[in-house]
Amino acid sequence: MTAVSPLVARPRELSAVPDTERLTIKNLNFYYGSHQALKNVSLPIYSHRVTAFIGPSGCGKSTLLRVLNRMYDLYPGMRAEGEVAFDGEDILSPRTDLNLLRARVGMVFQKPTPFPMSIYDNIAFSIGLYERLSDADMNDRVEEALRAAALWDEVKDKLQMNGQSLSGGQQQRLCIARTVAVRPEVILLDEPCSALDPLSTARIEELIHDLRKRYTICIVTHNLQQAVRVSDYTAFMYLGELVEFGTTTHIFSAPDQPRTQDYITGRFG
Amino acid sequence: MDSLAFDRNRFRKRRRSSALAMGLCLVATLIGLGCLAAVLLTLVAKGFSGLSLEIFTKMTPPPGSDGGLLNAIAGSVVMTVLGVVIGTPIAILAGTYMAEYGRHSRLTLVIRFINDILLSAPSIVIGLFVYTIMVAPMHHFSALAGAVSLAIIVIPVVVRTTEDMLRLVPDQLREAAASVGIPRAIMIRKIAYKAAWSGIITGVLLAIARISGETAPLLFTALNNQFWSTNVNAPMASLPVVIFQFALSPYSDWQKFAWTGALLITMTVLALSIFARALGARGATR
Repeated sequence: MTAVSPLVARPRELSAVPDTERLTIKNLNFYYGSHQALKNVSLPIYSHRVTAFIGPSGCGKSTLLRVLNRMYDLYPGMRAEGEVAFDGEDILSPRTDLNLLRARVGMVFQKPTPFPMSIYDNIAFSIGLYERLSDADMNDRVEEALRAAALWDEVKDKLQMNGQSLSGGQQQRLCIARTVAVRPEVILLDEPCSALDPLSTARIEELIHDLRKRYTICIVTHNLQQAVRVSDYTAFMYLGELVEFGTTTHIFSAPDQPRTQDYITGRFG
Repeated sequence: MDSLAFDRNRFRKRRRSSALAMGLCLVATLIGLGCLAAVLLTLVAKGFSGLSLEIFTKMTPPPGSDGGLLNAIAGSVVMTVLGVVIGTPIAILAGTYMAEYGRHSRLTLVIRFINDILLSAPSIVIGLFVYTIMVAPMHHFSALAGAVSLAIIVIPVVVRTTEDMLRLVPDQLREAAASVGIPRAIMIRKIAYKAAWSGIITGVLLAIARISGETAPLLFTALNNQFWSTNVNAPMASLPVVIFQFALSPYSDWQKFAWTGALLITMTVLALSIFARALGARGATR
């Protein structure tokens, strides 16, 4: 493999770039067996912006997120119809190389999921699959990833410790570091703070602010304040439908749809 | 105070039934432990005195002469190791298929059903089966046939534990691996096995404990051998078969060797079980 693989995203400056579409979701329908979980969803995901998916439980926001890296492909009986364009290619196409796609579209889960190996290996493992690096280069990459996830200072002296021995908040940042390490272009966050205490949550939110400079981010959250704090755009979903999509300011100050208004003011959901 | 008296009655009754249930449980436990202790004590009482250096250095003797159990011990070790070497890879691969690739397939249901039957199949049937497919066509008994029949006993045990242990690995870990672009095969080898290995090894150890005492499958396959032999294509002695032969004999010195051999097997199985337990406990706390 050559040094520069197609997976390696070149970080860009955020500076006053106009919003450009990174992912374009068109008429997406999703089925769990015969149950339709997403109904004709269309929305853009803008480059180097944070897009929050909000809505009551079971509205399909996590399902939508899991379509974007085809995570649903791990399970039988699930299928997506429609189109999700990523750099002009439809990722729903059966020709899509799933491992490459997932290296470009990383994901962090609700529960921290460090691999049963050392902190160092948690990060080096997936890099090593796609790039052949010298030990020194690998050390740099691991450090870079841990710094990007604001974890370096806490673990630099115990890199050989098992990743599962860290605290919950640290584990989640380790998972973010692991995701960042393969240099994805898009990062999907599926309720990344719901298992964390408020302090750890605050750290992750700060981190999202930093990551936004280099990555396109989608976050599913139940916490409306969190959506306001971290996101640029918000999509409100209800019963598998996209009710409203717009800038976070717009959605939370003057939504067009009465259902959005009801949800953000706590009248239902 | 009428109602209080009533309550007290009910309370007494409940205490009585609780004490009765507890007493029955205690009796059942004591019966179980008592049997086990009786077996172990008898073994030690009758077998310990026969333990000597010669047991480990000399061959099985004709009646009335000096000797040991070296050829039987060596035969047991050779066939057990061969059986595990043949059976474990097949079983781990099968268990991996069932837990990882074929989790939702009908084939897995069929394999699991057949595996459960194999798990409880009488070992003498397995001995006869291997006799038919190996010993009869080759026209002679062999240690290899013995090892194959032991492998057939190992397989269902290890298939079962491998599948169970891999299923205990949370799906989130698999998703997390997929989410950084790790292909499935590598995920299984480097992550799922790593999370499940102590359980899988425990299963292998328990399978070893199981086959080290099996007699029936060896009677029809490896037969026996009074002399030292390392040829896997020839009959080979083993502790269980020697115990079987010696214990049924009318010679008291042979019977003594049988007791000593039984003590050796039991101690080995005990040690393996304790080791497997310790390993399992270590895996559970991680």
